[in-house]
Amino acid sequence: MSGNHTTSHEGENHGSYGSYIVGFILAVVLTVASFATVLSKAFSFWQTIAILGVLAAVQMVVHLIFFLHMGTKSLSQRQNLAAFIVTALMVLIVVAGYLFVLWDAQANMMAG
Amino acid sequence: MSYDVMHAPSAHHDEHEHHQQETTIFGFWIYLMTDCIIFGTLFAVFATLCHHFAGGPTGKDLFDIKNVEIETAILLFSSITYGFASINAHKKNKGAVLGWLLLTFVLGVSFVVLEINEFHELVAHGAGPDKSAFLSSFFTLVGTHGLHVTIGLIWMLVLFFQIMGKQGLSTRMQTKLTCLSLFWHFLDIVWICVFSFVYLGSVV
Repeated sequence: MSGNHTTSHEGENHGSYGSYIVGFILAVVLTVASFATVLSKAFSFWQTIAILGVLAAVQMVVHLIFFLHMGTKSLSQRQNLAAFIVTALMVLIVVAGYLFVLWDAQANMMAG
Repeated sequence: MSYDVMHAPSAHHDEHEHHQQETTIFGFWIYLMTDCIIFGTLFAVFATLCHHFAGGPTGKDLFDIKNVEIETAILLFSSITYGFASINAHKKNKGAVLGWLLLTFVLGVSFVVLEINEFHELVAHGAGPDKSAFLSSFFTLVGTHGLHVTIGLIWMLVLFFQIMGKQGLSTRMQTKLTCLSLFWHFLDIVWICVFSFVYLGSVV
């Protein structure tokens, strides 16, 4: 079989103590930042929501890379990544479309 | 793994097993992606209904952020303890796998207990899922996540006893451990969205 199989067999996408600990520290920092942003009440409503969104997105990427071992090194990782991108796109369409349509409908009904 | 001529047949067998293992894990990944869509939809529903209080209590009145902090810390710790179980599984270190799994299980159970306690208090204070659209969507979203965690815990318990038994850390068991690892870490990612948008977003 191809060399690709043997490399993924070495276990390079299983993670190590080091990678888990790095991921964990990053996750803790991002989580604390989220809570601090809200509890400090230092920002306006929409600023806070925007900061929460960015921190959550970054933390999701951290978890995907360090805990779910997503990457592009082996064939199986690339397959997982492809499936994930398609799904993320579907979720984006559902969530964004939902919010757009319903908020619009709501605004119109309130006005009427 | 090395592939010398002497061990060619067993290496071949390994390759076959390994291929099957990868197919199983990919299949499980596809399931997780469909689960992603379920949660995406539930988040969209919550985002739409989160201001429909029907004269009832709001998130600001109800949510105990201290409790959410503890739940978040528990899930984060359980992610890294499961990670350590995975590492030891690949090193065929049975005792360590069982130890880390047990610790992960205890953390998971304490998360579920905290959540049930929170739900119980909400319902006891008249803020059940029937009170308002906001609370219906809240209970559906957070409850679905909690249900997933509970199922993950049952699965973890089954694996624990299977590994303890004569199957040990066979390739089959390793595949199962990897699938549960994906499931467990995936639930942690869903929780990032829950604490950010549901709890913190409601008390801004």
